[in-house]
Order: sequence, then structure tokens, then C-alpha cells
Amino acid sequence: MAAKGAPRGELRQFWRTFSRNQLAMCGGAVVTVLVLLAVLAPLLAPWDPHRPDTKKILNPPSSKHWLGTDPLGRDVLSRVLYGSRVSLAVGFVSVGIAAAIGVLLGAAAGYHGGVVDNVVMRLVDLMLVFPRFFLLLAVLAFLKPSIWTIMTVIGLTGWMGVARLVRAEFLTLREREFVVWSESVGAGVLRIIFRHILPNAIAPILVAMTLGIPAAILTEAGLSFLGLGVQPPYATWGNILNDGRDYIEIAWWMTLYPGLAILITVLSYNLVGEGIRDALDPRLRQSRIGRIIRLGR
Amino acid sequence: MSGRHARVRRLLAWATCGLIAAACNGAIESPSDEGPTAGGAPAYGDTFIQASIGDIGGLIPSLTSDQSSHEVGAMIYDGLVKSDKDLNLAPAMAQSWTYSRDCLELTFKLRRDVKWHDGRPFTADDVVFTYQTMINPKTPAPFKEGFLLVKDAEALDPYTVRVRYDKPYARAVETWGTPMLPKHLLESFAKAGTLRESPQNSWPVGTGPYRFQEWKPGEKVVLVANPDYYEGRPYLSRIVYRVIPSQATIFLELKAKGVDYVNTLTGIQYARQTEYPAFRKAYRKFRYPGDNYTFLGFNLKDPRFADKRVRQAFAHAIDKQELIDGVRLGLAHESTGPLRPGTWAYTEDVKRYAYDPAKAKALLAEAGWKDRDGDGVVVDRDGKPFTLTIRTNQGNDERKKIAEIVQQRLKDIGIQADIQLIEWAAFIKEFVKPRRFEVIVLGLGTGSDPDQYVVWHSSQRGPDQMNRTGYDNPEVDRLLEAGRASCVQKDRVRYYRRLQEILAEDLPMLFLFNRDSLPVVASRIRGVSAAPAGILHNFTEWYVPKAQQRYTAG
Amino acid sequence: MALFALRRLLLSIPLLLGITFISYVVIGLAPGGPLDFLTPEDPNASPEVKERLIKEFGLDRPVYEQYWQWLKRAVRLDFGRSFLPDGRPVLTKIGERLPITLFLNLIELAIIVGLAIPIGVLSATRQYSLYDKITTIFVFVGFATPDFWLALLLMILFSVQLGWLPISGLRSLNWEYLSFWQQQWDFFSHLVLPIVVATFGGLAGFSRYMRQSMLEVVRQDYVQTARAKGLSERVVISKHALRNALLPVITILALALPGLIGGSVIIESIFAIPGMGQLMVQSVFSRDYPVVMGNLVIVATLTLVANLVADVTYGLVDPRIRFGGRRGRR
Repeated sequence: MAAKGAPRGELRQFWRTFSRNQLAMCGGAVVTVLVLLAVLAPLLAPWDPHRPDTKKILNPPSSKHWLGTDPLGRDVLSRVLYGSRVSLAVGFVSVGIAAAIGVLLGAAAGYHGGVVDNVVMRLVDLMLVFPRFFLLLAVLAFLKPSIWTIMTVIGLTGWMGVARLVRAEFLTLREREFVVWSESVGAGVLRIIFRHILPNAIAPILVAMTLGIPAAILTEAGLSFLGLGVQPPYATWGNILNDGRDYIEIAWWMTLYPGLAILITVLSYNLVGEGIRDALDPRLRQSRIGRIIRLGR
Repeated sequence: MSGRHARVRRLLAWATCGLIAAACNGAIESPSDEGPTAGGAPAYGDTFIQASIGDIGGLIPSLTSDQSSHEVGAMIYDGLVKSDKDLNLAPAMAQSWTYSRDCLELTFKLRRDVKWHDGRPFTADDVVFTYQTMINPKTPAPFKEGFLLVKDAEALDPYTVRVRYDKPYARAVETWGTPMLPKHLLESFAKAGTLRESPQNSWPVGTGPYRFQEWKPGEKVVLVANPDYYEGRPYLSRIVYRVIPSQATIFLELKAKGVDYVNTLTGIQYARQTEYPAFRKAYRKFRYPGDNYTFLGFNLKDPRFADKRVRQAFAHAIDKQELIDGVRLGLAHESTGPLRPGTWAYTEDVKRYAYDPAKAKALLAEAGWKDRDGDGVVVDRDGKPFTLTIRTNQGNDERKKIAEIVQQRLKDIGIQADIQLIEWAAFIKEFVKPRRFEVIVLGLGTGSDPDQYVVWHSSQRGPDQMNRTGYDNPEVDRLLEAGRASCVQKDRVRYYRRLQEILAEDLPMLFLFNRDSLPVVASRIRGVSAAPAGILHNFTEWYVPKAQQRYTAG
Repeated sequence: MALFALRRLLLSIPLLLGITFISYVVIGLAPGGPLDFLTPEDPNASPEVKERLIKEFGLDRPVYEQYWQWLKRAVRLDFGRSFLPDGRPVLTKIGERLPITLFLNLIELAIIVGLAIPIGVLSATRQYSLYDKITTIFVFVGFATPDFWLALLLMILFSVQLGWLPISGLRSLNWEYLSFWQQQWDFFSHLVLPIVVATFGGLAGFSRYMRQSMLEVVRQDYVQTARAKGLSERVVISKHALRNALLPVITILALALPGLIGGSVIIESIFAIPGMGQLMVQSVFSRDYPVVMGNLVIVATLTLVANLVADVTYGLVDPRIRFGGRRGRR
């Protein structure tokens, strides 16, 4: 445990525990399928997802349009498939950004302590105190709305959890023998951080990221509700759902399918994330993870 | 969706109410088309519940610019004139008016039986006070243009007001349809420039058919019938405006009979969601041409759009009927110009552009845009592709759909368009006003008067002015000036016919369609009739037969 | 301990100043201004009104000066008047919306905590059991179901089809004419659906937290020892494990405090509830700076207080934490 990196045995132990968790395994399988669907969307989609056809407005599911059509006569199945690319991309990229910022700042704070720590933690406080929604609105109004803006903004406003997590991890790890030893033999700061401490902190970061992806997807859906999501005609699950909002009664397929897609995705990522955490077991302290879950919503 | 979007969305679509608040008012002498005794004799009583997607901004309508405020204001306040069911000017608190021969003097004779809701008589002093308040630079009234052209206004006696103009102004009478304000309650606030903070703004006193009772911000506004109304007490005793910020919820409330009136359904609701027996039994649906048009505006400063052939190519590339079918489910009419169909200056005898992609491509080619390498994208001589961004405000579903359909049609003729939906405040300030756009989708109101000076005159191209496309045509300028300064309708018809012809040929913007208004009214309410002005023109005559009254208390 | 609290309190002041300043700058930088609403996109609007209002609201002065003016009044708890045509004081506008939001959120929080603790504890003590799986899926379904979708479906079922509950609003229109108990019932029946929707959505966070906390505690030495001593599982769980597992929940509860005054825009607009969420969104969209700032100050202050309360209570219940040391919870 005190060695650098994760030794083989530990990995095998992890896998044994993880694979015993049926829910997590199911989640993993679904996540894989979802990613495949997203990648293969252009091959699978039966129709052009952007081309309106005003003769087919809100047609119910049929043999031609398995999931029906939307208020502009576009095929819902094709849009959900294409939407999965955007939604998943939003999930991955924004979490990537959040994780990068969080790890960097958290590591700096945890390793250096003192003034650096104080500044970073005040920044975290500030970001947490700032209503996230307001921040999203302000930034989105400021930047040109595009898929990249959305990803960036969700990422920029979601790194605080990871930063706290990493900082706490670093605080504990930097006192460990192997770090103290590395320092004493004169290893560089970056080397210590990246070679010795970070690999040991990678597990909780991974969990946080897995749990962050569905949260980002939901955030995008919420932004779509306010009309601040990805620009048309590009489909995301959030904006397909939003397009169908006023027609729930006469066009259930418009909201049911993208809604199910979100639900399945969020569920599977969460199951996988929790599975990983459960398998990693006691090294993780609950309070941090709890905060991640809470911040995700 | 928060109510704000919806409110903003509608800002563009209510010019008639803005011009003359009275146009949305009731109280009119003509009987309704439907026999007054159908299903029961007129009776006083009952509560009328209207669903409103946005809250009111305030209770002095002259200071607000949102539709809800003007709807509520029109019930509480009256003007000197109003527009009748055929959109002609009709007497309200003025019983008559006369022009001097040179059109420079306008004299109003006021009714002697009008009282403010607090019992004080309404006199010429109030009219002069309203005028002075409106032109006071300290009054933040968004619609004061008409008053600024007035040279002076004075009370000749308590019931006679004389207004003088420097130049004849065609819309002079219409200006005086503005809600009249009570001098005895507002004088000090108006002088100090603190009207917004006056008690009147939360507890208004007017002369209209309904008195104010309660405003719970974000929840509801309650009005009660004014028994002393000069045209007779309205039948419906109470009006409740319920703020429901979600379109879907409003519709469910309709289904559950929780509201009596919705001022406009969406196309899909009208065509698809209300066609079942129970709904038809509980509500009457109406459909008549609305008072606004939706357009695709070009930035004429952009060299590409300065070329008329390119604009005409767009006109041939876009199928208006497809837009009407796709966006309104057929519930709109093709628009050919900025005037309201059916009004006296309107003509449909103008150049039209059939949907014809081949012709569009030919026009583009003439203008130098050709698909030179067969990849389906048109480029100019230097090989630069024709790309543009269609911008519109976020929160307006119809405009979004228009952008999506237009995008595909432009693709057909080799033009690559992106779409950008921008939140309203940013859209107007960052793109529309500084004219930093290529193509925008927006709507404009059509008043009952054909004066279009501010939209098309070349002097109106400033950032805070309304000639958004930057249109500059000397002949149009002359026509607009002449039309505005004439008070002879026959001459004006000539000017505005010509104006419409030129605009249809020149296409500074692509007039897409006039939306139909699609209101629904609970069927227990009688006396409702559709007219060119809509259905609210005789609101004070609406009633519920005694046996069918639902809300008896109060 | 008191010293620690005091120090944190003092530290909060610059933080609050920083937050308000940054907010002020961010709003000022955001494109579009409040006046574009008062001078609408209409052929008949007068442009000079805008000039007039720019002066009146002081928007022609540099941002730092505007901020200074704002700050000077804000410290006296005067947040000014709304820019909107109603021109009402910011505190009045917030004050009329706060009670309902607070009330709804408190009820929701109570229900969420009440349900989440047993769900979390039971699924932790029976990890990987069928019960664990079902509740796991249940809470995540709640987490992932779009609020508005569930809300509209419930409205269609319970209000339109069955007619059991009202659709939207807070009170029926004949409320004044009802007897006292009828009024209470009327009010309550309007709140059922929004509360159900919000609770279902919020269950996941707390219950997963609880489950995790419990899992952790169960594996601790002292619980194992208690088991080894032959105590019944029931006693072990309720006496030893639960109490310790609840410790971090207190922190979470305190941190949930500021959330109590920020309503949910989506739920509020669907159910036509005039709450804080709508006010905030409306004021941001219409660039009603005074209301936005007033709102921010309240939320920020509450958050800071909540953070402090969380730290202090955590310290009180868990003596292992030493105050003043960097090795604390955060």
C-alpha cells in the first residue's frame, strides 16, 4: 500500500471485488454500449437528424420512424443517437476540464500548504458560495454559445469537489514515508507530485470523475431547459427533451426516449462509480465522496 | 422556462396595444355578432380567469413595455380615443375631436360623466397633465414619440383640450389613446421624476371599466368591475390574471378548466391538442390574423446583402408555406410587406417570390456566387464560400424552428448557415443594435396606422433606432415623410401602396408570415365575437348567464 | 474553539467583499443592459429614455465607482430599488418570495432526510442485497428523471385525469371564502406535487451519502469489536454504527442551509410558484442588477455561515478534530 503506484495484486483484488458487484458490472456494460452507439451514430442513424420535414410533424413511432418524429418532422431515433455523441462529449470533456483544474489546484494546495493552500481554498470557497447557476448564466451570456462553451463552462464551475479531494489526499500522502524519503534524497517537486503522490490519489479522482459525467449531462439538460444549451440544429438529449416539453400529452415519444437515455446513462455511470469506490474500500474517506455526490446535483 | 423569456418574446408582437392601450380595451357600442340571449340573459357576476405567461412590470402602463402590463392597464385606464373592432379610431373619454383645416390643430371634447376610481371627476387638466408627464424628460416612458411632436396642449375649459402641432402628424389622434393619468394623485411624483415609486404604481387609480384590487407579484393580479364606468358597469365582476410561467402548465390548466381565457394557443395546441369533444364543449377557439409579422432581416451593410440579387435569391430559396406549415401548422398567412392585412392602406398587389431553388441559384450566380468545384457550396471569385450565421433570440420556439428550416433551405442552394440563439438582452445589445449580424429572425408589430417612418426611413439607422437593416432609399424616405405629414387618407393610401411595392421589390428584409391569433375563451362566457381587432374589443359586454356562473362569491 | 469561530468569521468578511465585487464586475461585463428592457424593440419606443435612465441608475460611471456606491448603501442593508418598471425596493421583492421558498425547502429537506437515512442505513447493512439494489436504482432514477417531465406527468395523472389535486399555484381563487381548515387543506393540496417532485429528485444525494458513511463505519475497528463482544447486530448498528455514521450528515445538513433559500427555477415555473428561483432567473435575464446583487449577498452570507456552522458542529461532535490545525476536515 505504501509503495508507489498500484501493485498488481491490488489491482486483481480490486477487480475481484468489483466484478462481484452485479449492479456495477451491468452499469459498466451499459456504459460500453452507450459509447459504442455514440461512436457509430452516423452509421446507425436511419435519417438525417437535422433535416426538417414539415409533412411529418410529431408522427408517432412507426416502422419508418421507430421512435417517432419531432415538432419539425425529424426522426427522434436519429436525433437521440446523434444526441448521445454531444451529451457524452459534454460529460467527458467538462469532467476532464474540471478534473484537470481540480487536480492541479488541489495538488498545489495540498503539497505546499501555507499561503498557496490558503489562497486555493479561499478560491474554492468563493466558487462554492457563488451560486453556480448564476455563474453559468453570466458566463454563457458573455461567451458565444457553442458546444465548446458549454463544456468549458460546466468544467470551470465544477472543479471544486475534485480540488478538495485531491488536496485532502495530498495532505495525507505527503507525510508518508516514501514521500518524505524522496524529498530527502532531493527529488524534484514535480517528480514527487506526479510520480509518487498522484498515482496514489488516482482512485478517488477516478471515482469523482465517473460520478461527474452524469452530473454534467444533467447540467446540460438543465441549461437546455433555460434555452442556454447547445445551439440548434444539433441534438443533445437535453434539448430533444426540451423540444418535447410542451407536447407531453400528444407526443410522449418526444420526452420518453431522450429521458430514458439520460436515465440509463446517469444510472450506469453512477453504478460504475460507486462500484469502483466500494471495491477500493477503506482507503477512501466518505466525507469527500459525499461532497462529490452532493455537488453533482 | 421562466416567464421572462415569454414576455420578451411577446414584446415584439403587440404594437397595437402599445400604440393605443385602448385598442385592447373593451367598452364599445356595437352589439356582439352572437345573439345576446343565446343560452341565457346577460347577468352581472362571476370571475374571469386569464392565464398570463409573464407577470406585469408595473401598474402605470405608460412606464412599461411588456404585454401583460398593457393588458392589465387597458382594463384599469382609458384614453381619449380607442380603436374599435374594425381598427378604426373611435371615441372613448373624448366624445369627439376636430381638426383645423391645416391639420395643425386638434381639439378634443371630453365626456362630462367620467370619474376616476376614487370619485374625482376626470377633466381637461388630467389630459394636459398626462401630456406634460409624457414629455417630461424625467419620465421613463418607452412610448413617448407621438407626444414629442406636439407643440403644445392646453385646456380651453374643463372639458375641451386643444393640441397644436408644428407639422401635420398623421397619427396625432391615435397618440391620445394613451392611458390618461390622474393629476391629483401623481403631480408631485411626475415633477420629481419618481413615478415608478409612486403609490399609483402599486395601487393604481384610473377611469377604466375595472378597478384595481390586488397584485401578488409572480402570482396574480385581481381587478373588480367599476360600477360607475361611463359606458355602463361591465358584466363580469372580477378579473384574475394568473401568472403561470410555463406554457405546458397553462395548457393543463385549460384542460382542467382552471382558466377561462388564454390569449393565444400555439399552433400545435390549436391544431392537435384541442380537437376533442370535451374541449370543444368547454371552450370556444378563435382564429384571426394577428397584429405582427415575422421576418428574416438582412444586414445591408454587409456587401453580400447590399446586392439585391442575393436578397432575392434568398426569397426564392425559402418556402414561406413550408415555414407556415412547419412552425405554425398552417396557422399563419404569407406576409408580403410590413402593413397589417385588411387595414385601409394594405395592398397585396406586390411582387412575390415563388419557392424556386433553381432560380435562387441563378440569381446567386449572377451576383458572383457559384459552386465552382461541384462540392455543393457556392463561393465567390476568390473561392471564399458563402457562410453566414442566422441569429435570433433564445426562448422563442417559433423563431428557432424558422432558423432550422431556413438553414436547410440555404444549404440546398449552397449556402452554409450556422444558427445562434442568444439571450434577449445580449442579442439586442450586442448584435441587433450595433448591426453586428448577417441575418436575423425577429418579429415586428403592425399598428392600425400604416406609418412606418421609424422602421424604414434612412434617418432612423442609429444604434438605438429601429431601422435595423440599415435600409436607405431616397424614394422611400420621401414617401414616408409625405405619408406621415398628411391627414388626407386618400393621399396616404397612395404613398403607402407605393411603399409596399418598393419594399417587396427591394427586400431589405424577407417578410415571412403574419401569425394568426389563436385565443380560447370558456364557453360559459357569452357575447364574445371575433373582429379584425381581435375578441377583446367588447370585453365589458361579455357575461355569464346566471345559471352558469361558477364563482359566485365576491 | 471560540477563537477558531471568530477567526473564521473575520475571514469571511473579505471573502464576502470579494464575492460581491466579482459579482458586480461579472454582471457589468455580461452583455446586454437593463435598459434594453425598458426601451423595448418596438417601432414606437423613444431612445432618449435610455439616456435618462442610464444617468438615474448611475450606469454611466465606472464600475468601481458604481460598486462603491452600492457597497456604501449595502452595508446599511439598503439594497436599493429594482430597475424594472415596478421600481420596488429589492428587500421587498425578496421578502415576498422568500417565505414560500423557505417553507417548501424545509419540508422537502425534512422528508429527504427522513427517507434517506433509513434507505441509506439499510442498504449499507445489507450491501449487495436485493433491497440494496432496488433502492440504489430507485434513488438514481429519481436523480436522473428530469423534474419538469415528472411534474407534468404527475399533473396530467392527478390533476387532469383524476382531478384529485390542483395543477398549479399556491391557493385556489376562492381561498378567501373557505373556512380555516379548508384553507389549510387547499394550501397543502397545492404543495403536494411540487414537494413530491423535488423530494424524489433530491433523495439520491443524501441516501447515497448515508449508505457510504455507514459502510465506512461498519468496517471500523470499534464496530468489529462490538460485534466480537457478541452484541446483537441490531444493537451494534443502532448503538454504535449509526451514531457515528450520522456525524458527517450533520455537516451536510449545515451545508444544505443556503440551498434552502434558492428555489428551483424549473419546479417553480412548472407549478407557477412565485419563489426565489424565478426571481433570480428573471432578474439575471433582465439585468436587474440591484435584485441580483441583493440575492447574491443573502445567498453568499448564508453559505459562509453554513460553512462555519458545519465546521464548528463537526468539531463539537467529533473531538478528534483539532481547531486551528490545517489537518482538519477540509
